Amino acid sequence: MIPAAFEYHRPQDMAGVLAVLEEHGDDARVMAGGHSLIPMMKLRMAEVPHLIDLQDVGGMSDIDVRADSIVIGAMVTQAEIIDHAELADAAPILREAALQIADPQVRYMGTVGGNVANGDPGNDMPGLMQCLNAVFTVVGPDGERDIPAREFYEAAYMTAREDEEVLTAVTIPAPKGGYAYEKQKRKIGDYATAAAAVQIVRDGSNCVSASIAMTNLSDTPVYSENAGAALVGTSVDAAALGAAVAAMLDDIDPTEDNRGPVAFKNHVAGVILRRAIERAWSRA
Amino acid sequence: MSKKMHIKLNVNGKDEEFLAEPRELLIYTLRERLNITGPHIGCETSHCGACTVTINGKSVKSCTMFVAQADGAEVTTIEGIGGPDDLHPLQEAFKEHHGLQCGYCTPGMITRATKLLEENPNPTEEEIRFGMAGNICRCTGYQNIVKSIQAAAAEMNAAKEAAE
Repeated sequence: MIPAAFEYHRPQDMAGVLAVLEEHGDDARVMAGGHSLIPMMKLRMAEVPHLIDLQDVGGMSDIDVRADSIVIGAMVTQAEIIDHAELADAAPILREAALQIADPQVRYMGTVGGNVANGDPGNDMPGLMQCLNAVFTVVGPDGERDIPAREFYEAAYMTAREDEEVLTAVTIPAPKGGYAYEKQKRKIGDYATAAAAVQIVRDGSNCVSASIAMTNLSDTPVYSENAGAALVGTSVDAAALGAAVAAMLDDIDPTEDNRGPVAFKNHVAGVILRRAIERAWSRA
Repeated sequence: MSKKMHIKLNVNGKDEEFLAEPRELLIYTLRERLNITGPHIGCETSHCGACTVTINGKSVKSCTMFVAQADGAEVTTIEGIGGPDDLHPLQEAFKEHHGLQCGYCTPGMITRATKLLEENPNPTEEEIRFGMAGNICRCTGYQNIVKSIQAAAAEMNAAKEAAE
């Protein structure tokens, strides 16, 4: 419950953030909503001698819905995702997923940027962003660069973001077709036993494209290209669903914990993916 | 020990100024520094919501915010919502409908419910249960908390209509 002492920084702009990061290296961490970092600090699992609070930096709190893409600032909260009508029209899967993350209080504080940058495989947005083929913008001492969500996650808490970089925005190509974020969890606020993000495009009775990613079934989110490919060119019948599930099971690598043993997680992953595909297809 | 910061807060309409280490959690500021002991501590993993207060218009678990972050903020706790002689309709309804037993979750419950009813003055039972999902109760089984919030919503809506 009692975090270790730290020096607190509240820079007014990104240059100030980067200056602290550069000066203190590994000893400095940025904090957005604080709802993963503070709990870790309270358990002394994260040591942060220099805490950089991003709340005053500005320029990272907008949701910009454009004709062919959506840009979400890293400091946009889950509550803001849920409340944004234009976003709900353009990318309804984001609202559906955000409503399954944490609880009201946590959603007022927790941000999209923190969720995707955290690197905990339990977070829901990373898989969702892989499904949507999002790109993360990070800024560092050498300027800005973009990293595709599908290449961002290396291992638990290990990402392609360098220590001296800050994730500033998430850009999503305007999603097309039907969608579903299906999550099996033990209770409100729990990380998934298994969750699936599905976006699917239909032409008549034919699936013309499908994107599938899974949450908390490996030490990173899992974008399953083969699972999506198994649906393309089919009418999403029983055989296609079976093929997609089989392809997904080849790509995940769950570990046993108090959410269940590996065999159970594989079973649940299959059930959840089927449900997600069926719901997405019904909306396509 | 890190450098102490000069912190300003407005709590329940009253300005407070003091020196604090940045790592001080807001719940401790309220309880131990300011003697505002309605908000409680039920866990250390940000689940229970017993420490819920309203900060700049948001329901926040004050165990998951450093006092340094809250510098400059407006904070409302159960003490600022109503007192024994001027109960808020939610406080009245929790009493009337037996929405509490040990009372430990109640300050967080009611503080959260004020915000829920502000955002959704006419919630369904399902919306109440989902909107209160960040607050755990060990005693009531939630049923009477739902009834209390429904009763308070009806009371507040009637009062608003009468005023118009």
